[in-house]
Amino acid sequence: MNFFQRIIALVRKEFRSLLGNASGRALLIMPVLLQTILFPAAATLEVKNASIAVYNQDAGAPSVELMQRFAASGAFTEFHSVNSQEEIERTMEARDALVAVTIPADFSRRIAAGETGTIQVLLDGRRSNSAQIAFSYLQTIVDNYLKERHPDRVPSEIVTRAWFNPNLEYRNFVLPNLVAVITTIGALIVTALSVAREREQGTFDQLLVSPLTPEMIMIGKAVPAVVIAFVQATVIVLVAVFIYQVPFRGSAVLLYGGMFFYALSLVGVGLLISAVCNTQQQAFLGAFSFMMPAMMLSGFAAPVENMPHWLQIATWPNPVRHFVEIVKGVFLKDASLERVASLILPLIVISTVTLGAAAIMYRRKTA
Amino acid sequence: MKGLSFRRLKALCWKETLQIFRDPSSNLIAFVLPIVLIFIFGFGINLDSSKLRIGVYNQDSGKDSADFTAALSGSPWLTVRSFESQPEMERALIDSQIRGFVVIPTDFSRRLQNDGSGPAPIQLVTDGSEPNPAQFVSGYVNGVWQLWQAQRAEDRGQNMKREIAMEPRYRYNPSAESRNFLIPGSITVIMTVIGALLTSLVVAREWERGTMEALLASPVTRAELLLSKVLPYYALGMVSLLLCVGVAAGFLNVPFRGSILSLIVTGTFFLLSVLGIGLAISSGTRNQFNAAQGALNAAFLPAMMLSGFIYEVSSMPAFLRGVTQIIPARHFVSAIQTIFQAGALWKVLLPDILMLMGSSVLFLGLTAKLTRRRME
Amino acid sequence: MDAKRDGKPQESRVVARFDGVKKVFPGRETPALDDVSGEIRTGVITGLVGPDGAGKTTLLRLMAGLLLPTSGQLETLGHDPGSEAHLIRDEIGYMPQKFGLYEDLTVIENLKLHASLRNVMGDEREEAFSRLLDFTDLKRFTSRFAGKLSGGMKQKLGLACALLGQPKLLLLDEPGVGVDPVSRKELWSMVGDLIERGIAVVWSTAYLDEAELCGSAIVLSEGKLLVTGTPAEISKPLEGRCYVLKNLQTAKRPLLTKALEREEVTDGTIQGHNLRLTLAKGTEPFDPKEIGAGEKAEWVKAKPRFEDAFIDLLGGGPGGESVLAQHVKEIPLDDQVVIEAEHLTKEFGDFKATDDVTFQVKRGEIYGLLGPNGAGKSTTFKMMCGLLLPTKGKAMVVGMDLRKSAAKARQRLGYMAQKFSLYGNLTVSQNLEFFSGIYGLSGKQQREKMDDMTEIFHLKPYLGTPTDSLSLGYKQRLALACSVMHEPDLLFLDEPTSGVDPVTRREFWTHINGLVERGVTVMVTTHFMDEAEYCDRIGLVFRGKLIANGTPDELKDSVATAENPDPSMEDAFIALVSGKEEK
Repeated sequence: MNFFQRIIALVRKEFRSLLGNASGRALLIMPVLLQTILFPAAATLEVKNASIAVYNQDAGAPSVELMQRFAASGAFTEFHSVNSQEEIERTMEARDALVAVTIPADFSRRIAAGETGTIQVLLDGRRSNSAQIAFSYLQTIVDNYLKERHPDRVPSEIVTRAWFNPNLEYRNFVLPNLVAVITTIGALIVTALSVAREREQGTFDQLLVSPLTPEMIMIGKAVPAVVIAFVQATVIVLVAVFIYQVPFRGSAVLLYGGMFFYALSLVGVGLLISAVCNTQQQAFLGAFSFMMPAMMLSGFAAPVENMPHWLQIATWPNPVRHFVEIVKGVFLKDASLERVASLILPLIVISTVTLGAAAIMYRRKTA
Repeated sequence: MKGLSFRRLKALCWKETLQIFRDPSSNLIAFVLPIVLIFIFGFGINLDSSKLRIGVYNQDSGKDSADFTAALSGSPWLTVRSFESQPEMERALIDSQIRGFVVIPTDFSRRLQNDGSGPAPIQLVTDGSEPNPAQFVSGYVNGVWQLWQAQRAEDRGQNMKREIAMEPRYRYNPSAESRNFLIPGSITVIMTVIGALLTSLVVAREWERGTMEALLASPVTRAELLLSKVLPYYALGMVSLLLCVGVAAGFLNVPFRGSILSLIVTGTFFLLSVLGIGLAISSGTRNQFNAAQGALNAAFLPAMMLSGFIYEVSSMPAFLRGVTQIIPARHFVSAIQTIFQAGALWKVLLPDILMLMGSSVLFLGLTAKLTRRRME
Repeated sequence: MDAKRDGKPQESRVVARFDGVKKVFPGRETPALDDVSGEIRTGVITGLVGPDGAGKTTLLRLMAGLLLPTSGQLETLGHDPGSEAHLIRDEIGYMPQKFGLYEDLTVIENLKLHASLRNVMGDEREEAFSRLLDFTDLKRFTSRFAGKLSGGMKQKLGLACALLGQPKLLLLDEPGVGVDPVSRKELWSMVGDLIERGIAVVWSTAYLDEAELCGSAIVLSEGKLLVTGTPAEISKPLEGRCYVLKNLQTAKRPLLTKALEREEVTDGTIQGHNLRLTLAKGTEPFDPKEIGAGEKAEWVKAKPRFEDAFIDLLGGGPGGESVLAQHVKEIPLDDQVVIEAEHLTKEFGDFKATDDVTFQVKRGEIYGLLGPNGAGKSTTFKMMCGLLLPTKGKAMVVGMDLRKSAAKARQRLGYMAQKFSLYGNLTVSQNLEFFSGIYGLSGKQQREKMDDMTEIFHLKPYLGTPTDSLSLGYKQRLALACSVMHEPDLLFLDEPTSGVDPVTRREFWTHINGLVERGVTVMVTTHFMDEAEYCDRIGLVFRGKLIANGTPDELKDSVATAENPDPSMEDAFIALVSGKEEK
């Protein structure tokens, strides 16, 4: 078939020019390496190595016991025992303590008298998210202490379990996200920049005067982008599963099905950018200007449901948002076919619109 | 190659300024992108989960269980949806319609009446695939539970007083809103985009367009070449910085307790550092495409991931914490968070300012080393 | 200009010299300059002559202290440009390729910048600006952006910037590129004025006809010094060996082929209806009948040109037979119009890049669009091959609109773009494979075609080389190979020989001539006046309009006058263009 031979020639050319030289290969491999190494280690909202300052004005047994428990806790690796309220303020100011605990002088006396002993906890609002989590660690320590004091008086408790990720490990959340983030960079750069480069080198004209139709040229750009997205994603999936031990509970078929439509919608965006831009620099800035908000508003940095309602609706055309859900769903939750299909649907709409628009612009601009 | 002529420097700076204002892509990066980004960060990045959606499956028909369900619904932090079956509720969790669910067992009310069979077992399941909201769900539900228990005890005249109570207070950010620290931090990322991405293109552009060759053939000195790139972009970055701070404080209502002076001092050394990174990359590559890639990897990604803007530096492994020390963005994030929320505490800012000074010297020095007076 | 130089030899001083200079760039095997010696004097324009990649720019940069030599001695204005660069910068005016202008600054802003850099301040500055703006005739355009100037105006502005601060030595890197002959002529006279004021000028060029105008020439080829001397001295060995064969009675292209096959002939080109031939040393013109030129054909002695000498120094031109042409099918000639432009107009905003252009090309013809850069020939060309949409009018190829009737019509045409648009990071064989692939060749047929091309264009040693690292000549060969592999019956060539050395250009035209003989129709754009002579008919494009259309001889004859009875193509161009300008 003549049609396929020409497409094969295009695709082969694209791979050769993407992977044929060291800098091209580096461009596709470096971000994957860098991000799989750095991201899981760096991107965490868990609180580790937290710092605590304690000002104990009380000499009673309960306060000393509590202080020791704070100091011995694995959550707080940095422990400052301070001797004045000013010192508390100072350590907090200098970010030396995320939380600062003041145990008042009457603490033990009040407990002994059957009243409530009150601990004042000062939290660094500049890092309110971490501080909040650190505070919950403190609460657990205090609760455990109380339980040990009065095994008989245990109040009714809620039994909490986290499904899909029992220890709430952040990397189980980050790595599936990474699959989405990295394929975004790869697929966009392959499409948007490679067209711009062909324009600058003049080879694009060469393609246009050939018997190839604009659709064939677009397929020629789309296939390598999809393949590269698949390869990069597969690398990260494998790294996640085998090196970082993230559980993979769902169906690989669903994951790759979703990935296919995600890659298509990225190709659409990339081709649309390239249809508007004439130089590589413009294409780069265009891709960057798309990528940055798309990733920020994908639910990766912060949950989509925390956004104002209008913004949640406004992010619907953002393909990253839907794919992030697919990867996380398949990876951790063994998402069902209906669920994945409901997430693929927006991707199909996005790719249809962007690819269609790109095809129209190519035809108008050139053919 | 000594010497600095103010006449030549002025002429070069003026040229650079004209180019900035006439180039649409620099305008885009310098003026449009910061505003767009600060609004995106302002509205889109929020770690405070308000109105978390949870499900409740109440198997019990007693008064207490209905009472507790009502208490959950009454929480300002939760949106509660009732389910009639467990599988349906689990499906909702898998489909991310809810971030957790509470199961109240059939014997809840009975056991609560202290029939001797132990505490009433309420089950809470959270969605671990979203660790941060999961923690919030568990915190809020437990809070409601304790409050409800205390209220119930009081109603019955029982003494349920806790032996130890904790009174949390947030210093600097009393309502503990994450945007109050995220937005100042995001200014760092934005300034990195302007400082490094924009300047990474400028020297490379002169090489590509052949204008560098004309400059090198003139009596311009190395110091003049370097300063003529640093000064205009420094001014531009400063304007963007103040613009961002203005938008953050004026439109996004982030409290600003610091002084303009403290902002300018820390901003200066931060800008000089990122300008240094951008210019060093640009002078080293002499190619706009590679320079932009380089700037993305060397300045932008570290500013996003390793600066402590979203992800707490102290929670990172030790070797990464070491690496962050040479990243200017990390020190500026910490400084600008302090300036915004705590005020111009010079003693606190000093270590960050010193580190930023060091990195400006390092990166500008590197640029100076890479700035050639010849074409090779 | 020779007269001027000869008139005042005592005033000529040496301002720069170089001795045994060698420059090797890291990562390159062959040196950019290899053992080159020479000197630059006041009182003459020194031409630095050679094709792209000969080492001209490297030598200029070495003289200006922008590069350090690998070995050898240089002296510029009494100093070593390497170690004492700061001492000479105030006294050197340097204009890089593309003129080194800031395109987003206006004319006056560019001038002010360079004035400040060279410490031209106050009254001196005002005086210098008014003098230079008068001199360059740019006064009306001071507030225009440099990027919006025409090639000729950019070049003048570049020169004005280089002249600020009254340099003693002026180094101009290819100032003639992309400039129309009229502006080029003006520039020559401006530079001539500078010479009289005692400024030494180095003018680098790839156009050998420009070299002819220099007082002295340094000729480089592939980094080596080929010859140095006055143009007259350089072309002297060719005296009596150059002829024009006139009054041909049979087709000129087969005649050229036959002539070039003869032992006596070392080089030959088509010149309108005639042949211009260079004979080997010590041989006499043969009887024109021997190649079948007819009874009336006669030899007329011609003045040797610089280009003749250059080719002779390189060992003569290539043979006349095109192996390529033997490998393509014969297309029967049928006198059909295959390319047609009808009132073709393209507007960009309020600027008319192409303005009401009409012409026709018949099967088996070479039609040339001639004109300076920015005149609109590229726009016209792009509309013809369907790359641009006309604002008004029609562009038809084999009776079809290329924009509408897609694949089938395009399968029949070959296209070779400016700067040889090849995939630079793909190897030679990968490029061949790709271009044959998208034209639907596959399997055995594709392999055979690739082998043929490799053999015809001598690409074998380079098959695995990335195209970017090929020399310009080989790039051009490969580009031609890629555009003819599918045996098109129409060939669109956009500036196919820019910057290429003259020998490769001869070879290229040999192939084109051969293809045309087999019935291929060619449409070509060029700004080389001598290349226009190869065309059957020429359309002269100036400011978007087709100002003349006819055979090369018709165009030349139309401007013949009593004092210039035998005008060159360049004379014709200048006369026709200035005729338009007066209107």
